[in-house]
Amino acid sequence: MAEAPLQVVERDFGELAMHMGPQHPSTHGVLRLTLRLRGETVVAADPGIGFLHRGVEKLSESLGWEQLAPVYERDDYVAPTFNSLGFCVAAERLGGIQVPRRGAWLRTLTAELTRIASHLVWLGTWGLDLGGALGGGTTLYMYCFREREKILDWLEAHTGTRFHTNVNLIGGARYDLTPELARSARVLMNGIEAAIPELWGMSGDSSILRDRTRGIGVISPELAQAVGVTGPVLRGSGIAFDVRQAAPYDAYPELQFDVPVRREGDAFARFQVRMEEILQSVRLVRQILDGLPRGPIFTRRPLKNPKASKLPAGEAYAAVESARGELGFYLVSDGSWRPYRLKIHAPSFANLQVIPHVAPGLLVADLVALLGSLDPVLGDVDR
Amino acid sequence: MELLRTLVLSVAVLGTAMTIVAYLTWIERKVAARFHNRVGPYYVGWPHGWLQPLADVLKLIIKEDLRPRRADALLYELAPVLVVVPALFGFALLPLAPGLAVLDHPYSLLLFLAVGSLALLGIFAAGWGSHNAYALLSALRSVAIAVSYEIPMILALLVPALLAGSFRLDDLVQRQTGGAWFIFAPVLGQVSFVVFLLAMLAEANKSPLDVVEAESELIAGYNTEYSGVKFALFYAGEYAHTLALCGLAATVFLGGYLGPAFLPGPVWLVLKSLALFVLVLWIRWSFLRVRIDQVLRLNWRFLFPLALANLLLAAFFAVRTR
Amino acid sequence: MGSLDLEALAQGMGGKVHPLGIDVPREALLPALTALREAGCRYYLLCTVTEVASGFEVVHGVRDVEANRTVFVKTGTGKDDPRVPSAVPVFAGANWFEREMLDLFGVVFEGHPDPRRLMMPDDYPGYPLRKDFPMATPWGYRPATDAEAP
Repeated sequence: MAEAPLQVVERDFGELAMHMGPQHPSTHGVLRLTLRLRGETVVAADPGIGFLHRGVEKLSESLGWEQLAPVYERDDYVAPTFNSLGFCVAAERLGGIQVPRRGAWLRTLTAELTRIASHLVWLGTWGLDLGGALGGGTTLYMYCFREREKILDWLEAHTGTRFHTNVNLIGGARYDLTPELARSARVLMNGIEAAIPELWGMSGDSSILRDRTRGIGVISPELAQAVGVTGPVLRGSGIAFDVRQAAPYDAYPELQFDVPVRREGDAFARFQVRMEEILQSVRLVRQILDGLPRGPIFTRRPLKNPKASKLPAGEAYAAVESARGELGFYLVSDGSWRPYRLKIHAPSFANLQVIPHVAPGLLVADLVALLGSLDPVLGDVDR
Repeated sequence: MELLRTLVLSVAVLGTAMTIVAYLTWIERKVAARFHNRVGPYYVGWPHGWLQPLADVLKLIIKEDLRPRRADALLYELAPVLVVVPALFGFALLPLAPGLAVLDHPYSLLLFLAVGSLALLGIFAAGWGSHNAYALLSALRSVAIAVSYEIPMILALLVPALLAGSFRLDDLVQRQTGGAWFIFAPVLGQVSFVVFLLAMLAEANKSPLDVVEAESELIAGYNTEYSGVKFALFYAGEYAHTLALCGLAATVFLGGYLGPAFLPGPVWLVLKSLALFVLVLWIRWSFLRVRIDQVLRLNWRFLFPLALANLLLAAFFAVRTR
Repeated sequence: MGSLDLEALAQGMGGKVHPLGIDVPREALLPALTALREAGCRYYLLCTVTEVASGFEVVHGVRDVEANRTVFVKTGTGKDDPRVPSAVPVFAGANWFEREMLDLFGVVFEGHPDPRRLMMPDDYPGYPLRKDFPMATPWGYRPATDAEAP
């Protein structure tokens, strides 16, 4: 049996062809960037993905509707709740299923907490990328993860697991909120809000970070729209589009929040957008805790026999605003107990596409900063 | 007799230095842990992991000694030696007591810097000989940085030599008796120290100027393809180089072996070196990394003119007071 | 940025309107996308393929961000040798989405600047998301080199 085929990289004389390979501390997962370098400057960057492809879309065609919601939490494994939430919203839109208000608000609560946790991961790992595992980056990383641990502990008290919490059902939320959990959630939010200035002081106030991210990886609004980037990357380029306000779902029509937007389009702008999103999420969680309605939390009890629940035939597209951007589900159903075709619009997939357009001219160190500011999760990209 | 005395002294100095170097890793991990609000090594040698360096060294020694198939054999094998030996040589030049050093040379300051620069050859040999793109990038960066930052380092060290009228390290220490450490000299002392500190961070590859082995970009830089004893040599060489430079700074700026009589001279030298090392750690674990072109810009647009102006001021002062 | 009349657009291209957008014949795909882009839908959302009884349905999603309107442009191909024009000349973001579809379904996008497989290895047999492709992998356990083969 022959070896796997080698990749041939065309390059000019004087260029170094290098793989910032699937095994690398800073590619945020198994991403292979085939680089052509002239010295330290990137001439061309070609992202190669698929190392984490698990065939989730194929799997969706053989599992029942109720069984599928937890599966998608493994896609974007840093902000897991959004994946199952997107699927549930899409399935509810397809089947015309009403979600009770309390269930909708509880889903939004876990979603916003997951957004904060995901942004803390992003900030900590960006610190590692920029500062190195043997230096100041690790300090920022440790502080971010300390705050995130408190969120994960709260999620464990609420749902039983820290991470793939499985709270979203088609037709509501799975776990209810007790008064003690509500009280501890308020304390948690106070702690997060108090920690943000400290984290900002370690990152945004640092002139080293500003020098390394200002003007790096500028994505113009036209390029952003043509390539289809989404989330904080889109809002960092001046386009004020947030699915929570454009196509509201769950509790968002009734909640007040701002969507941060920046015009510069560089890595520092995306950083500022995400930091402000953390504060807006804190504000949202407090509103949810204050105004949580009473009532049931789901309308459809999860059935034991997956073949028993059917959704009507048709097509639907629904999106949620994940921590990374617009996470959309294009659902095609033929009326049976499982989907006919399910396509996931993964925000990291769309965001990574911009790299060949933006990377030429950057130094290798800037490429690492750019990747961190795009915040890809390879589970999301490859599905 | 002279030879025997030198031999015994060099064994003593080397042994002490290498033991301290081994425990520098422990100090680093503990200090870093406290910065991160955690504990650090704890269980290996309970409590507080004081056997951790021993465990690390044993683990590295028993690993497989490998070499990539396409690596240049001579350069690959020689590089760790080229990195470690110049660092260790520095310890021989530091004065431990009036007139006592393993090698007491009239130009010991210049000799320290000259031999210390040889480490660059080792780093480049490792980077080129590894046949690895990341190591090569790291080697390119290290050449640029080491060559650039040597200049402000030498200019900063020329100031105390100029004011003392000698290049012999022992003379420099003797000029600082009575608490008149060079760092307290108005303007000249502080500026020289700051310039030397920044240059030392760059030479010893410590954050924020550690682009040479930028872990998040270049995996491990020039020692990506190394493991086992050769990696242990690189690792120890880096700490030894840092300790030697801290020792040099302690000798030139902080009075070397001078101190109240309740502790012997060499102990004072070690304590001052460790204090400087902890300062380096403090800087290292607090700041993100500066990019390679910004590092070079920092040198040529800030440190070099500052060091030059400082030297001119010192020359002016020296002529005035003679 | 004019107002968008999907009914008129669909009629003009020889297609029809459906709940999520418009359905046009294959030759009218690029003109429809270009017309939508001129009318303000400059944001590219996704490209997906669904295998139906008569062949493959290719769907491109575009959006007008200011007017907050998402339009899905659907076109169909036959079962054997499915080919559609590539949308990359109109929207740069179609690049990877179309590569993924050609990788997983085998639909050929004519005019694509870089028609390589995206997710699966280059020498993978078959197109995984087709309905006749089994759930189990056709390779089984494959050792990386001859040295590791039992």
